[in-house]
Amino acid sequence: MSKDDVYVIGTDMIKFGRFPDRTVPDLGAEAALLALDDAGLGIKDMQALYCGNLFQASGMVGQRILHQIGQTGIPVVNTANACATGATAFREGWIAIKAGLYDLVLAVGVEQMGRGLLGGGGSDKGIPTEGLLGSGTMPTVFAELGMEHHKKHGTSFEQFAKVAVKNHHHSTMNDKAMYQKETPLEEVMGAEMISYPNTKLMCSVNVDGSAAAVLASEKKVKELGLMDRAIKVRASALTSDPFTDRDLVMPDFSTCTRMAAQQAYEMAGVGPEDLDLVELHDCFATAEILHYENLGLCKDGEAGKMIDTGATALGGKIPVNVSGGLLSKGHPLGATGIANVYEIVTHLRGKAGKRQVEGARMGMTHVVGMGNAAAIHILEKP
Amino acid sequence: MSEAASELRPVTDYVKLPANGEPYLEGHKCGNCGTVFIGARHVCSKCFARDKMEAVKLPNKGKLYSYTIVYRSFPGVEVPFVSAVVDIEGGGTVKGNLINIEPDPDKIKMGMDVDVVFKDAGRTDKQGNHYISYFFQPAA
Repeated sequence: MSKDDVYVIGTDMIKFGRFPDRTVPDLGAEAALLALDDAGLGIKDMQALYCGNLFQASGMVGQRILHQIGQTGIPVVNTANACATGATAFREGWIAIKAGLYDLVLAVGVEQMGRGLLGGGGSDKGIPTEGLLGSGTMPTVFAELGMEHHKKHGTSFEQFAKVAVKNHHHSTMNDKAMYQKETPLEEVMGAEMISYPNTKLMCSVNVDGSAAAVLASEKKVKELGLMDRAIKVRASALTSDPFTDRDLVMPDFSTCTRMAAQQAYEMAGVGPEDLDLVELHDCFATAEILHYENLGLCKDGEAGKMIDTGATALGGKIPVNVSGGLLSKGHPLGATGIANVYEIVTHLRGKAGKRQVEGARMGMTHVVGMGNAAAIHILEKP
Repeated sequence: MSEAASELRPVTDYVKLPANGEPYLEGHKCGNCGTVFIGARHVCSKCFARDKMEAVKLPNKGKLYSYTIVYRSFPGVEVPFVSAVVDIEGGGTVKGNLINIEPDPDKIKMGMDVDVVFKDAGRTDKQGNHYISYFFQPAA
């Protein structure tokens, strides 16, 4: 493995939204070109493409993106890893450069989503079991995890709801978010209840979207004279789910996240206190509360207090999801992991406009796919 | 009676309907570490022991570990209902509907004792077959 660091030298995302008339490769191609432009490079400079997409995992999406932006014959790897899909593609690019195989690679994440509830499909034999053997929808899974936290630590409906208030507020400063709308606490708590304690405004938005990043070896960054805009990847970690007691019916998003966080902190030689901002996987408001503790942003049992004090809001001690998060920016599954990278890089470059975390030097991205895959990256301005 | 019973099918693989006896939930217990899984397997996910799995009949008693009240589900699914995660006595965790209790967070107590009961699922397949499902209810 190369001792040299890997850098992000170009990244961008499209404004998330609903684009039923466009195709997945078309959306991916747009983000790819934006990221290449950001780096001042072209597809002919790329030595490999890592493409994350979930719902067309058998559809050779990466190659079809190249059909739109230039068929250079480079190797393409298509990844699918539930909501960790985009981060996995990014990490595969990082691994290839670390291995010394390439100096410049492109990572793209893209998704076109339907609307409505995810999960709970069950088996196609017999009778449908949704609503009979409990519920398998994602809102339910994360509601049950929230209720577990409530049981252990007394976290309240109101505290969970405050996460949505915060993230929807953050998105009012992000033109690329699906929504830019304030949602006061009473509106969040009074919205349609989906699975207690998650109301509709506490569930992430199904949107279409894409994001891309150009990764480069240290040698290449210097050669291209791009160090002034390069962001160093200090750590990359990916875990799967070790066995835990209830994970057959309660997907365990916490254990794999804690393992990935520990590995990432060790690799970077830093701790949570060194981070200036975090983009974490707020697929539901309840999830964000759990991840404060899973990522070590606070002690176990103190996440409710953390949201109460405003520590994770812009201007607080450790701002979380200043992009608006999945709750308001939107959650196009395969794109989310790379959109998180875009958000952190933008802050580390000091280009985040109204939502800029002042003086940000180091940030973390986190996604978790089902309870089975957690990916964390720590990025730093050199 | 016996003819009607023979047409009943289990709602899922781990519901067993013995010809002579009451329905029960089946677990698979590792002979090495004692962990109880729902669903057959050859290797223990926890201790990695091979070929130590034994099918076991799970008791009809458990404790409520977590739950949610579901207000939005798929079209045609009656709401609200309580989706409950129950730790079965002696090992194994199962998800199911908690019935015969008001769907109200003030009425549902974490850790409460529940019984596993079996009855007609109330849904039939395209061929008109009936299914036996399990439910949780507050312990008698």
